[in-house]
Amino acid sequence: MRVQRNIASAALADEPDISVDLSLLLPILHKYKTKKGNMIPLLQGTQNLYGFIPEAAFHLISEHTGLNISDMYGVATFYAQFRLKPVGKIIIKVCHGTACHVQNANMISDAIEESLGIKDGETTSDGLFTLESVACLGCCSLAPVMMIGDESYGKLTGKSAVQILKEIKIKWNTPK
Amino acid sequence: MEHSKVIVGLGSCGIAAGGNKVYQKIQSLKDSDNLGFVLEKTSCIGMCYREPLVEVVDDMGSWLYGDVDEKRAIEIISQHLVNKSPVKEYLVKSDLFETPDDQFFKGQVKIALRDCGYINPESIEEYEARNGYQALKKIAGEKVTQESVIQSILDSGLRGRGGGGFSTGLKWRFARNSQSDSKYVICNADEGDPGAFMDRSLLEGDPHAVIEGMIICAYAIGANGGVIYCRAEYPLAIHRLNIALDQARKKGYLGQDIAGISGFNLDISVKEGAGAFVCGEETALMASIEGKRGMPAKRPPFPAVRGLWGKPTNINNVETYANVPWIISNGAEKYASYGTEKSKGTKVFALTGKIVRGGLVEVPMGMTIRDIIYKLGGGIKDNKRFKAVQLGGPSGGCIPEHLIDTPIDYDSVTATGAIMGSGGMVVMDETTCMVDMARFFLDFTQKESCGKCTFCRIGTKRMLEILTRICEGNGQEGDIESLEELAYQIKDSSLCGLGQTAPNPVLTTLRYFRDEYEAHIRDKKCPARNCKQLLTYEIIPENCNGCTVCAKNCSVDAISGNRKEVHTIDQSRCIKCGICYTKCKFEAILVY
Ligand SMILES: Cc1cc2nc3c(=O)[nH]c(=O)nc-3n(C[C@H](O)[C@H](O)[C@H](O)COP(=O)(O)O)c2cc1C
Ligand code: SF4
Ligand code: SF4
Ligand code: FES
Repeated sequence: MRVQRNIASAALADEPDISVDLSLLLPILHKYKTKKGNMIPLLQGTQNLYGFIPEAAFHLISEHTGLNISDMYGVATFYAQFRLKPVGKIIIKVCHGTACHVQNANMISDAIEESLGIKDGETTSDGLFTLESVACLGCCSLAPVMMIGDESYGKLTGKSAVQILKEIKIKWNTPK
Repeated sequence: MEHSKVIVGLGSCGIAAGGNKVYQKIQSLKDSDNLGFVLEKTSCIGMCYREPLVEVVDDMGSWLYGDVDEKRAIEIISQHLVNKSPVKEYLVKSDLFETPDDQFFKGQVKIALRDCGYINPESIEEYEARNGYQALKKIAGEKVTQESVIQSILDSGLRGRGGGGFSTGLKWRFARNSQSDSKYVICNADEGDPGAFMDRSLLEGDPHAVIEGMIICAYAIGANGGVIYCRAEYPLAIHRLNIALDQARKKGYLGQDIAGISGFNLDISVKEGAGAFVCGEETALMASIEGKRGMPAKRPPFPAVRGLWGKPTNINNVETYANVPWIISNGAEKYASYGTEKSKGTKVFALTGKIVRGGLVEVPMGMTIRDIIYKLGGGIKDNKRFKAVQLGGPSGGCIPEHLIDTPIDYDSVTATGAIMGSGGMVVMDETTCMVDMARFFLDFTQKESCGKCTFCRIGTKRMLEILTRICEGNGQEGDIESLEELAYQIKDSSLCGLGQTAPNPVLTTLRYFRDEYEAHIRDKKCPARNCKQLLTYEIIPENCNGCTVCAKNCSVDAISGNRKEVHTIDQSRCIKCGICYTKCKFEAILVY
């Protein structure tokens, strides 16, 4: 399986300045500020807003809640869900759980990697797609499976996976 | 048609197979032709291999159609609903005809899954109409004491379905005996085993059953707070749980003086996990709810004594809770009449891998693996040969062909070296390499180790390195012995179940498939022809007509030959990418 965690060396300080609108965070801060066990929901809410957790957000959350930045960083790097770097607009999660592995999930990732010209964990140069691997999407009897947004696609072949991405790209690029 | 219903299966698996498109198509047909049937949705009834599923219920009975796409949906609506003649060729189950798919249901006993696929999971009324919340009302109406609820659960013989198999009744009694002003009930819906989806199906298909089970537990142990810890990869389950909790609050099943029992107050919330396998371990799960890194803690103190926020806590798996209302309503003896002496009741399994009918089954404990795979599951896909079945995920093991008559109960499965686990059953055929499987699981546990214990953190890494080099053709004499030595050390010196069981996949494959390891190490061959670097590609001169396709596709120019003459592969250049094998239309490439 190829589920990658954030590597601790992707330290906060090496991030170039990525400007984000921090005022968007205020409602989330307001909602969770006084709740116990609020650290993970705060980080999840932040990531839902920006697609990743910007360095400035750690500082702002800390100022408002009194949570330690070091504790937040510890949590953000422990769980596979959190990202410290920006990602593409669409995240492709290819399942590499047991059932999918047995049904040749590697072939799906290989085909996508070849077609998009990126490796696992990377983002396409147009900023549209990020390719990730996950442990199991719970649709094992339709293996191999991938998830894009909240939608899962089953019984994939390398070809059909690439075709689905092509269709999504066309939809995304046609003006509405 | 006015009394007819059309029900589309919209669990995650149905949606992944295209269920939403089918639902929309039927909706638009209904609207454009002004058809009078009722369109509804339900969740998974377990036949994932036939998704998307559409059921028609009319005055003749129930008709379940499989593999429905938009085209088939049009046919079903026009022929069955408009012309009243069912489309037999797409039928997978009906009240009037036998179908080959009936085999899938023969021998199943649905207790935990009793409502899945039969109700709209977003409707509390449909749950109530099938005896829902009757167990809670019975407790309230008959003034059943806390102690006798616990006694019923004990008598039923129910054991935890999350993997450990600990007696549920005993666990509840410990939590009840702890004195405290507040206590918690937690539902473990982290479902970390990659390759299993029992809990997801239950939560998506019948969320109220799990919630009712938790309410009964809260009553029995005296808890006033509840949390369902669900993994984030299950957005639909989380969505439906939240709907169900809202409905239960409105109906007074949650809140103050629940079901009229004075002083029984409880609310339940859903907590979304953040992606860490180890958070399925109960102490790590509670740390995660508290907002910390999910690192396991030493036990004792057990959660029943000091759990969430330092309060006594009872934690059970999704399926464990779903059994509870049924046991209270139907009696402990009824439940205990299924199963074997030490493993009572039923167990849900997720059948996946190289199997014809993959899906979700619930069977009485004691059924043999052979019956599950061959009778219910229809045997191995593509007429391949059965090799092994993996039970228990990363903590479990592979059961080989000669043990296929093992009955499924906690003790018999443990005797094979695997574990019952939470219910993942991944079937493997002759093309699955057992060394690669062991490497796959070690890769998983090595990445998921929380890092607290040295042997779990570093020992698994060393084992993974050895397994990787064996799969890449660089295995050395002594590797097997090193693997075994590391395995026992990791088992002995790890704090939590993750480390203690991480070596199991290696140990069971070594026990039953040692010859495969030896073939990799000594002969540099992969008998299953799975490990790429150990394969040899050669051209069969009799079959090659010199079309040049392979040579054009080979990225390292390892193939040479003139047009219309036999080609050859230069072994010293070949990188074993396999592209020639996929491109040759004349079966002229031999892989061995
Ligand atoms: C590494 C690890 C992962 C676990 N993952 C799960 C899980 O995903 N779901 C679950 O119900 N139990 C899991 N468990 C077992 C729990 O610790 C706990 O025993 C269980 O939730 C108790 O419920 P039960 O008695 O109803 O089975 C896991 C245990 C370990 C050591
Ligand atoms: S055994 Fe592994 S996962 Fe469990 S506490 Fe130790 S290091 Fe963490
Ligand atoms: S593709 Fe097949 S038939 Fe064509 S040259 Fe290669 S081996 Fe021969
Ligand atoms: S293993 Fe891929 S969905 Fe479960």
